[in-house]
Amino acid sequence: MRCEQVVDDLADLAAGHTEVVAPDHVAHVEHCLRCQAEMVQYRKLLRALRTLRTEVLEPSPGLLADVLAGIEEEAERHAIAGLLRGRRVAYLGGLAAATAAAGGAIVLANHARRRVKLAG
Amino acid sequence: MPEDVSDLVAAAKDGDRSAFDELVRRTYAETYTLAYRMTGNDDDARDVTQEAYLRAFRGLKRFRGDARFTTWMYRITANCAATHMGKRRKHRHEELDESVPLADEHPASSPELRMEVTDLRARLVEAVEQLPPKLRSVVVLRDVYDLPHEAIAAELGISESAAKVRLHRARRRLREDLYPLPSEESARAV
Repeated sequence: MRCEQVVDDLADLAAGHTEVVAPDHVAHVEHCLRCQAEMVQYRKLLRALRTLRTEVLEPSPGLLADVLAGIEEEAERHAIAGLLRGRRVAYLGGLAAATAAAGGAIVLANHARRRVKLAG
Repeated sequence: MPEDVSDLVAAAKDGDRSAFDELVRRTYAETYTLAYRMTGNDDDARDVTQEAYLRAFRGLKRFRGDARFTTWMYRITANCAATHMGKRRKHRHEELDESVPLADEHPASSPELRMEVTDLRARLVEAVEQLPPKLRSVVVLRDVYDLPHEAIAAELGISESAAKVRLHRARRRLREDLYPLPSEESARAV
């Protein structure tokens, strides 16, 4: 096996993820000093990258205020939309009730007319 | 006001606005840091941070709480940054920015070691910033923020195999840049 074939596995091995590397590749690295040297360099790189996790950059001034203002706006928009939705539901409900009442009145009137005809 | 982040999340989910604001206060610098690492400049990082919190606010009810709130925010931020950078790429408007000051450094004990560590960090940050955005996003999310391949692929809108390929390329570039092998160093010298 040639070193070029395992070069993409070295970082995974350096990170300790041997389970994702083919066993023959692992075996090659175990016996190849060149690959081991490169793996050590990857280990250093991964360790250095992890240290960036502990660093928190200081945001430029005003970011927090901008974010909070954006959320305030969004919350207001959401509340207004909810209110309109509520009114729309009430309006449609009223309309449905009025339609049902009108329909009922027509049915009752027809029924009464039919009774009068039969009696006549 | 609850002390614990998970209690704040629960209160915010119940509609407590001040609890959500407190969550923002506690996490916005970290969110900005990830946004900055992914976009490489302050203006874009600010836009991404704002958009990420708006999305979090809208989608908070969907947050199940099986991951940490910060991890959930990382995923949203990664997604926003990918979308933002996609739009940005169309405009091809690249800018060079001065470096951002660090709020939380962990200096080493001896002055020599401190200088070495600071130097390494500076070179590392620079090398990461020099990566093309597509490679930079993946290596930051995987090797700095420890997100799984699956989550990275989902948030960046790429396949898992594409995410792995980009990660290999990014790591190799960084390794060659920061930790060259003796053979690579001599080749560079020629």
